[in-house]
Amino acid sequence: MSAPVVTPAPGRPVTLDAPRRRGGNAAGVRNPLVYAAALVVIAATLGPVVYAVLGGFRSNAQLAADPVSLPDPWVTTNFMNVLTSVSFWRFAFNSTVIALVTTVIVAVFGVMAAYPLARYRFKGRETLTTVFTLGLLFPLTVAIIPLFLMLRDLNLTNTFWGVALPQAAFALPMTIVILRPFLMALPQELEEAAMLDGTSRVGFFWRIVLPLSAPGLVTVGVLAFVASWNSYLLPLLILSDPATQTLPLGVATFSSEHAQDTAGVLAFTSLAMIPALVFFLAMEKRIVNGLQGAVKG
Amino acid sequence: MADDVTARPASAAAETAPIRDGARAVDQAPARSTARAGAGRRRRAGSVSTGTRKRLEIAFFVTPALVLFVLFVVVPVVQAVRYSTFRWNGLGPMDDFVGLKNYANALRDQIFTDAVMNNLTIVVLSIVIQLPLGLAIALLLNRDMWGRSAMRVIIFVPYVLAEVVAGVVWLMLLQPGGMVDAVLESVGLGDLTQLWLGDPEIALYTVMVVLTWKYLGLAVILFLAGLQGVPTDLYEAAQLDGASWWQVQRRITIPLLGPTIRTWAFLSMIGSLQLFDMVWILTKGGPANSTMTMATYLINQGTNRGLYGYASAVAVLLFGISLVLAAFYQFFVLRRDNQDAPKPRKVVAR
Repeated sequence: MSAPVVTPAPGRPVTLDAPRRRGGNAAGVRNPLVYAAALVVIAATLGPVVYAVLGGFRSNAQLAADPVSLPDPWVTTNFMNVLTSVSFWRFAFNSTVIALVTTVIVAVFGVMAAYPLARYRFKGRETLTTVFTLGLLFPLTVAIIPLFLMLRDLNLTNTFWGVALPQAAFALPMTIVILRPFLMALPQELEEAAMLDGTSRVGFFWRIVLPLSAPGLVTVGVLAFVASWNSYLLPLLILSDPATQTLPLGVATFSSEHAQDTAGVLAFTSLAMIPALVFFLAMEKRIVNGLQGAVKG
Repeated sequence: MADDVTARPASAAAETAPIRDGARAVDQAPARSTARAGAGRRRRAGSVSTGTRKRLEIAFFVTPALVLFVLFVVVPVVQAVRYSTFRWNGLGPMDDFVGLKNYANALRDQIFTDAVMNNLTIVVLSIVIQLPLGLAIALLLNRDMWGRSAMRVIIFVPYVLAEVVAGVVWLMLLQPGGMVDAVLESVGLGDLTQLWLGDPEIALYTVMVVLTWKYLGLAVILFLAGLQGVPTDLYEAAQLDGASWWQVQRRITIPLLGPTIRTWAFLSMIGSLQLFDMVWILTKGGPANSTMTMATYLINQGTNRGLYGYASAVAVLLFGISLVLAAFYQFFVLRRDNQDAPKPRKVVAR
């Protein structure tokens, strides 16, 4: 679908540990200006994140005395306060459950719908595909008011379903757009061979399509998970009960309730970053490929 | 999808897809003749019951997704259009039909028209700032240099963080006496310290800086992917002709990156038009509505003040404005890419 970004272009082997002159791109290796520019970029990118983590290790008095400095002494009470609070773990738990439910619904419903749209011939197939792809045009913002009122009438406010179901629904078009060409690309011979062996098309789906579409499913799933983990607008309207709120809502609430406690807010925020960062580092290629694939089509 | 701006690239990315996908489906139709022949064979051999069975199978596979999609996407969107013609506070019967009055009121409200201008400013500034920066960093990271893969991960970190998390960190950085002020003072620019998010004159530009920090990584990653599509033999040929590194970038790389840049700019535009999360965290649209966007205005009027009919009209306007701009962009900018699909060599030949 798309080339993994970290894989170098053909003819340019990775030479990270032992850079050496190669072709036209070697000029940068020796140029100190290039490294200086790179350092500036890194500092600007990571500066705020590092500031948040280090700030969490300082006291408010330290922060007030000198906003830019290393912790002296290192204070761990901010982090301990957050880690021993019930609410932080509840926010993290809620975020995890909602993201997992969203991901599972998107992946299962998405691949199921993409299968006939890719491999059955029937009247109205293109129409149905168009209906799903048109969904891409409608951002959640446009539907948020009726959605909020509808979920209120269905008594789904302050429930995980109230967030997970709409999120999954809005992620479906993208999922089907990514998965359909993926399933179309499976060779026809596979299907014919399976039919000759007496497999039904449903059996073909379970035994051959699902395993072969695993890479596409992982990409789609990772994108859905990250989107759900970071989402703010829908939970903001649907989850008013603190017991059901997710991490982004928790961070926002904590930062406004403890506006004077800068160090505490920084500690809370730093801890809230960790799951996303760990997940990103583990899934980096999938996330990047998914986004690049979406653009390249 | 402003529920989170991270989802934005995904959903926004997709906005180009209907058109491109439609074109692709048409292109592929003849090429799929083998598949059709196969299906035809089956159909001839099959009986009525296999036809029914096939329909049942299709229904079984498609129904769950279709029900979810209709219930939570189609119905709310249609409802938004319906609500927009009523004056309604969300409680009690919806019987005060006002026609297009909500739209007229919105277009007459200066806070809304200013919000539209803010969105357009963000659209333009995002592209003007992020395009050169993103290109420079992508070209930098495309070189063989020490620590290159680590840098590619680092540059993407802000993009992966939740808007709320990034926004709260920046709130702390930008507060009076915070790190930004301290850094300015330490380098002797203490006079430049401002009420970064409190002064209506500069709040929008402060938000722009944060947005640049947050979304630059996406531009870089997409440009890097585009750079990998540039054939290396072009570089070698240019070198044989004695071209310098700068000449190679200016004459070969950047022109060949055209389609990627145009697609990224489209995504950026759609995202800017739907901007909500970051603004809500940083300023809630203030001070004095100076950073109000269409989406924050919508939420202000809707769930905060209970003007559901009016807010729905704003939602429809938001969608309409996005759609018109997207259509213009598709027609005037992306059309070139759709006509001659990424055949880099062709571009060079021209």
